[in-house]
Amino acid sequence: MSHLLSIITFLPLVGAVAILLLGRLGNQSTIAGNARWIALIFTIADFLLTVVLWAKFDGSTSSFQFVEYLNWRVASGISYHMGVDGISMLFVVLTGLLMPFCILASWKSIESRVAEYMVAFLALEALMMGVFTALDLFLFYLFFEGGLIPMFLIIGIWGGKRRVYASYKFFLYTLLGSVLMLLAILAMYLQTGTTDIETIINTAHFSPQMQIWLWLAFFASFAVKMPMWPVHTWLPDAHVEAPTAGSVILAGILLKMGGYGFLRFSLPMFASASEYFGPMVFVLSVVAIIYTSLVALAQEDMKKLIAYSSVAHMGFVTMGIFTITHQGIEGGIFQMLSHGIVSGALFLCVGVVYDRMHTREIAAYGGLVNRMPMYAACFMVFTLANVGLPGTGGFVGEFLTMLGAFIHNTWIAIFAATGVILSAAYALYLYRRIVFGELVKPALQTIQDLSMREVALLAPLVVITILMGVYPKPIFDVTSASVANLVQQHKTAVAYDHAPPKVATQTAPGGAR
Amino acid sequence: MNIQADLYVLSPELILAVGALVLLLVGAMRGDRSTGLLCWLSIALIVASAYMSLVVGDESAFRGAFVMDGFARFTKAVILWSSVGCVLMAEHYFRVEKSTRFELPILILLATLGMSLMVSANNFIALYMGLELQSLALYVLAAFKRDSVRSSEAGLKYFVLGSLSSGMMLYGISLIYGFAGTMDFVGVAHAVAVGGVGVGIIFGIVFLIAGLAFKISAVPFHMWTPDVYEGAPTPVTAYLATASKVASFALVLRALLVPFPTAVHEWQQIIIFISVLSMGLGAFAAIGQTNIKRLMAYSSIGHMGYALLGLAAGTQLGVRGMLFYMAFYALTNLGVFACVQAMRRDGQAVEDIADLAGLARTRPRHAFALATMMLSLSGLPPLAGILAKSFVFLAAIQAHLYLLAAFGVLTSVVGAYYYLRIVKTMYFDEPAPAFDTNMGWGLTAIATIGTAFSLLFVINAGGLLEAANIAAQALIK
Repeated sequence: MSHLLSIITFLPLVGAVAILLLGRLGNQSTIAGNARWIALIFTIADFLLTVVLWAKFDGSTSSFQFVEYLNWRVASGISYHMGVDGISMLFVVLTGLLMPFCILASWKSIESRVAEYMVAFLALEALMMGVFTALDLFLFYLFFEGGLIPMFLIIGIWGGKRRVYASYKFFLYTLLGSVLMLLAILAMYLQTGTTDIETIINTAHFSPQMQIWLWLAFFASFAVKMPMWPVHTWLPDAHVEAPTAGSVILAGILLKMGGYGFLRFSLPMFASASEYFGPMVFVLSVVAIIYTSLVALAQEDMKKLIAYSSVAHMGFVTMGIFTITHQGIEGGIFQMLSHGIVSGALFLCVGVVYDRMHTREIAAYGGLVNRMPMYAACFMVFTLANVGLPGTGGFVGEFLTMLGAFIHNTWIAIFAATGVILSAAYALYLYRRIVFGELVKPALQTIQDLSMREVALLAPLVVITILMGVYPKPIFDVTSASVANLVQQHKTAVAYDHAPPKVATQTAPGGAR
Repeated sequence: MNIQADLYVLSPELILAVGALVLLLVGAMRGDRSTGLLCWLSIALIVASAYMSLVVGDESAFRGAFVMDGFARFTKAVILWSSVGCVLMAEHYFRVEKSTRFELPILILLATLGMSLMVSANNFIALYMGLELQSLALYVLAAFKRDSVRSSEAGLKYFVLGSLSSGMMLYGISLIYGFAGTMDFVGVAHAVAVGGVGVGIIFGIVFLIAGLAFKISAVPFHMWTPDVYEGAPTPVTAYLATASKVASFALVLRALLVPFPTAVHEWQQIIIFISVLSMGLGAFAAIGQTNIKRLMAYSSIGHMGYALLGLAAGTQLGVRGMLFYMAFYALTNLGVFACVQAMRRDGQAVEDIADLAGLARTRPRHAFALATMMLSLSGLPPLAGILAKSFVFLAAIQAHLYLLAAFGVLTSVVGAYYYLRIVKTMYFDEPAPAFDTNMGWGLTAIATIGTAFSLLFVINAGGLLEAANIAAQALIK
């Protein structure tokens, strides 16, 4: 039995401890330098391990791989169980991929309390990895909610002017959602005697009545995390105030936990409740797609605009997932992965100009293409990917989720399709205002194009974005089997609820006679 | 049953009683300069008592009035650990305040003796004796800084309200005695099982719970808590918050579950009511506090509400969760108060939350310890608090108290707000002038243990849970 997943999950913590141990050597600047390098080395090492994971992953099976099982002395039925399948595998890779970028993005822009910053990021990485690899409900919950603490600190310490307000809002919103999930987990534990995800998916069955309550409790948590309209209001605040790297992680990974949760828990465990609440999710998704796109059009702040666009894109994801079709779910996963990279990259682009001008106001920019051609090119790729232009990563997911929606219900697809137009509107409008036009603002006259570090930061993401658009096969190779299995499981479970097993129905009248 | 066997069962308490008297003589002869010595001797006595309570097997003495079982052993272990911590804190307190009084460790010993008797009491008279011994010692302790107005006020308030609640409880006991015809817990259980739950018994239970609710500072008998916590010297506050709470909780458990197992539905409603009010008030009233000791007072009120969830369930799972919760609560709170006591600037103790501003930059380890324990108290994973909360909520769900559990988690979100405020003050705000550096190894050790417990407990929680399970089995068969 290999321990690859545990190593991937806890390696960043080793890095954090290393930084703390070296924290007292030398003066302020050497401590900061050491912390940066250690964090970079550990995150890159962790990323390489996730690549190894991908290489060794067997895409032809839907069962969990790299499974680790340890007896965790908490209570009977709770264990340390790790593993990945096609649904979670790529999120692990995504987390590993984005982390080095976050560290690099903070190289210059974070100057105070660097060691603490890096420790917080490494701890956050460990917790995020744990969310995607845990195969025990309780373990999952620990990772899922534990991530709040480092993120709270990252926003609150290194954030902008209204950082305290934003960090509280982020924290309390998400906490409020997830405590209800805790109760649901406890209720499931009481009924099944275990919190093992695999066992519950394969053997446990909850009555339709109970499913509804459990589904709602889980929904409360994931909908806030996702975030779905109308509980999305924490996201713009958190994004605007967070440092660049914090925004990248928030948009790139933390938002994906909600979608992952729906796929891992809601669909397979509460199958008929998922079907029952499907229309509600569609309505919320479509409202999110249209409404937040319109809101994004009106934004004056770059980060806020991208934040609202994230909410709209996540609307496509929830829509795709709850169509419970192969296309919709694969599209949802793909959309999450591509949005993770594209929105992360967009925040990095904002960070590039923010580091120079220290403002995120759109009106303060204009005509950047004249002084920053490289920047304009990178920014354009990500903007177009955000719009969902064919040939970029953004297209595939959006197309598939809408295909799924079309199979399920034409009207949903029609409404969602208007969101595509709106996303083109706000994204291109943003791009025009910042990059095109005459360079008239005096403050911009001396602005520098991308430095080597920033090229190293953005170039790989450009390549990945385009690669995902033209050659998405490696991703579908991983997800396909698991998604097919998920859809099948869901069908079986719904059939079970509609026609309860014959044993129960036969004995009752037989006994009466 | 011969007297020697009885005394052997009682040996943990005898060590404390005789030891306290000897120390009192030493103190009387050598005066205040012996305080340091007395502190260490007290710790030795408590450790010896703890050792004996582990050695003595499951036995009862004095015709069943005093029992030693898994439940008593578990709670005694927690109480004695808290007492050691508080004596250590007192020792530091004397050194930095430069005013020593040898009575303090001895009073702590006597209060510990009372608590030790309380958790083993299996008879209403024994219960009352233990409780009063503890209370009288605590009244004096609360007023210990006698040249301080606030401390005197705290002691007086605690004394007056405490006597009132003792009176109520005594009245309840007399009603129970009158209607059941016996003081013995097992006898009362038998009488209630045979004769049913009459109006007299119900009135008795109500008064009993009212008195006990005062001791655990549950709403609506919580008014004394913030003032006493604020006024009393910090080691005493820590003692009130940890050992005294655990002992009173043990008393509540035994005095309700052993004599009235057949009247669960009668007292369950009262407990639910108290629990809801405590969770709600603890969460909301703490938000506006500026003094950290007052904040901890409201926080403790809230925590009593959570722990009562376990009792409201009235099941073995509930008792287990509750004991587990109290152990977590005592250990963490002790660490928090050690950190609070280390808040000293220019030789003066400071207690405002604002004084903690920017502590993460001036004293990072102090801030880290306090932040970890605060987050643990708020029940955030992966810290210890989430396990404690999970197990009481588990019991509540098992007993179909869904709304109660939902209310509990929602108030815990409100609670998270004020715990976060402390983290925010320490980590986000601009630094205030640095604190003095003489934290001393005693405080450091207590705070470190509390922090390490909060951080690492989740890795191996099974041992404590198993012990709590054994303790619960001793109470509910």
